Amino acid sequence: MQLLKDFLNGLWNENPIFRMVIGICSALAVTTAAKNGIAMGMALTFVLTCSSILVSILRNVIPSTVRIPCYIIVIATFTTVVDLFMKAYFPALYEVMGIFIPLIVVNCIVLARAEAFASKVGVARATADALGMGLGYTWAITLISMIREIMGSGTLFGYPVMGEGFTHWVIAILPPGAFIVMGILVGIMNMITRKTAKDTQCH
Amino acid sequence: MAKELFFIIIGSVFVNNFVFSRFLGQCPFLGVSSKTETAVGMGMATTFVLTMTAVAAYFIQNYILVPYGLADFLQIVSFILVIASLVQLVEMVILKISPALYNAFGIYLPLITTNCIVMGVALLIPQYNYNLIKSVTLGLGAGLGFTLALALMSGIREEMEFHDVPEALKGPAIVFITAGLLSMIFLGFSGLVPLG
Repeated sequence: MQLLKDFLNGLWNENPIFRMVIGICSALAVTTAAKNGIAMGMALTFVLTCSSILVSILRNVIPSTVRIPCYIIVIATFTTVVDLFMKAYFPALYEVMGIFIPLIVVNCIVLARAEAFASKVGVARATADALGMGLGYTWAITLISMIREIMGSGTLFGYPVMGEGFTHWVIAILPPGAFIVMGILVGIMNMITRKTAKDTQCH
Repeated sequence: MAKELFFIIIGSVFVNNFVFSRFLGQCPFLGVSSKTETAVGMGMATTFVLTMTAVAAYFIQNYILVPYGLADFLQIVSFILVIASLVQLVEMVILKISPALYNAFGIYLPLITTNCIVMGVALLIPQYNYNLIKSVTLGLGAGLGFTLALALMSGIREEMEFHDVPEALKGPAIVFITAGLLSMIFLGFSGLVPLG
């Protein structure tokens, strides 16, 4: 039960992108096409899960005074693994993502979960939390990238969906589009949360 | 040479502003942009660290990682360690030399380690194959661009305090939309300097 709660927490209540608004550099930069969003989400989920598990296993060994450097080394190691893996097997995607795959190392989500959660609980809970946060991040940036791809290129995962006469909103795949789509989505999420909060108050 | 350096500065401050078009350093951009004074302080501290990081990244890449064939798999680990210890060193040096400056910068310095603009510049230098002077210029330009973005945003946010923002958009949402409009303005600079 506790595990399920930890897992679901990241999907909605503390969704890193829409609720906590952390780790958004990559969410804005790579979301020009839906498949980039999924790839970035999977890369981050891998790093987050592996480093949360390792930090949780080592939580009684790492002295508290040097814990941040230790976490950073752990995270940097797994980031290197993803970086080399993507470079070897998905060179085209790696080219599009540019420096944002290596930049997972300074993504606030990973360090924040290591510091605030994984270093305090057992391996099972840390894994559930990391998977939830990772999937929460993945669905959030996939949603952003789907909206931007449909508006900006008229396609979804590369397949045309908007018909022949559709005028591309080029602004959506340019930098300003990222900020504006993100702002509107965060606003919508706020609205939904407030509505459900009000409903539970009434009943 | 001077012309190239000028292009790098203009390029990283206006044309490809690190915040508005490369999306680096978003966390502090949202976090500390509510007051102009703190925003400028953060910007200056970051510029300082960025310039020093550019020098460090250049030397590590060209004199340690490449000669010993480690660039593929130790680049991320070594850069992040160097940045973390550099920030710590800068903090200690400033505390010793000028306590007044430390009081102004102090609280922002630890935050800079996880600011992706620093790591971003460190990773861009080997990619662009810049020499030492160009690397330093890129670091400085990135810092100035970041400071400019923070200063603009904080000015607008201070003004926004007195305006009626829709309830659901309060907080980060309206900041994103404002940043989108600012980013659109910065698009107007594209084509100002030749690429490369």
